Amino acid sequence: MAFVNMKTKEVQAKIVFYGPGRGGKTSNLEYIYSKFRERIKSEMVSIKTHGDRTLFFDFLPFDIGKIMGYDVKVQLYTVPGQVKYDATRKLVLKGVDGIVFVADSQVEQRKKNVLSLKNLQENLSTYKKSIFKVPLVLQYNKRDLKDVPLLPIEVMDKDLNSQLKVPSFPASAVTGHNVVPTLKKIISATMASLQNVLK
Amino acid sequence: MGSNYDDISFSEYTLGQEQLDQIEAILHEDLVESGVNSVLLIDMAGNIIANRDNGLCDHDVYSLAALASANFAAVDTMAKLVGEQEFSLLFHKGENENIHFSKINPEFLLISIFGKNVTLGLLRLKVTEAIEKINGLLEK
Repeated sequence: MAFVNMKTKEVQAKIVFYGPGRGGKTSNLEYIYSKFRERIKSEMVSIKTHGDRTLFFDFLPFDIGKIMGYDVKVQLYTVPGQVKYDATRKLVLKGVDGIVFVADSQVEQRKKNVLSLKNLQENLSTYKKSIFKVPLVLQYNKRDLKDVPLLPIEVMDKDLNSQLKVPSFPASAVTGHNVVPTLKKIISATMASLQNVLK
Repeated sequence: MGSNYDDISFSEYTLGQEQLDQIEAILHEDLVESGVNSVLLIDMAGNIIANRDNGLCDHDVYSLAALASANFAAVDTMAKLVGEQEFSLLFHKGENENIHFSKINPEFLLISIFGKNVTLGLLRLKVTEAIEKINGLLEK
C-alpha cells in the first residue's frame, strides 16, 4: 500500500521486481542505479550471500519528481529468486503497489519462469491481492545472449502473458536495453492505480 | 477494511494532517526530548509515516525504514516458527548507537535510534508511553 502524506505532499510507492533466480532482477536495479546515479541520493542496499545471490532483497529509493502536485518517491525492491527463499520473498511483497516480472529468455529456463509466475500469484493471494489486478509489467530479459538458445517472444507471451495481457518488454538488464522503458511503464501503471486517491 | 480482493489498492489506514501533527508532536516530546537521537514511525511495508530527530542525525531514513520493516517481519516470522506469538523485545546494541523496535499495532512500527545518554530502561518506558498515546490517537 502506498503511503500518501497529505501534509508534506509526498507519495511513497513500493515496486517489486519478481522472477526466477538468476533472471536479472538485481541487474535491473543496478542498471537503474548507475543510470540515474546523480538523481539517487542514497546508496543501493543489497542483502546478499557470499556467492553474490540475493538473500533477502535489494532496495533502491528513487525520487521521480512531481505528479499531480505530489512529490513521488518510488521504492524499488527485488526479491530473492531462488525457490528456497519463499518465506523472505513473501515478506518483501507486503504492501506492494506495482510489480515487474523479470523472466529469463533462455530456453532452458522456460519452466522456471512459469513456476515463478505461479508462485507470485500464490504469494499475492496471501495478501488478498489478485495478480490480475495489481499493476504488472513483464520483462523478457537476456535478449542480448548470443551463445545459448532463446525462447521466441511469441512463446514467452503465450507462456506468461496469454491470460494476464499486460505490457511486456524484450530487454537486457546487462546492456540496459529496455530497462528504463520497463521502469517507466510500471511507474505509470502504479501511479494510475493510485490516481483516485491523489485527486 | 480489506474484506474483498483488491478493494483497496491503496493503504489500509488513513491519517489526517491533524493526526500526523499530533503524532510528530508525541515523537518529539516523548522521545527526542528524552535524548533519543532519531525516531521513525513506519508501516510494515517500509513506508515512512513520520520522522523526528535531534537535528544532528544524517541517516538514510528511507533505507533504514525498508530494512527495519523487513527485519521486523523476518523476526516476527521466526517467532511464529518456534511457536511464539511475537518476540516482544527487539533491540540492537552498538558501540555508540542502538536501535530499538516496537510494534504499535499490526500496521505500524516505531524505530528509535539512541546513544549512550539514554538507558534501555528509560527508552522502553518512554516508548511505551508514546505508543499508548499514538494508539489513543489512531483509535479516534
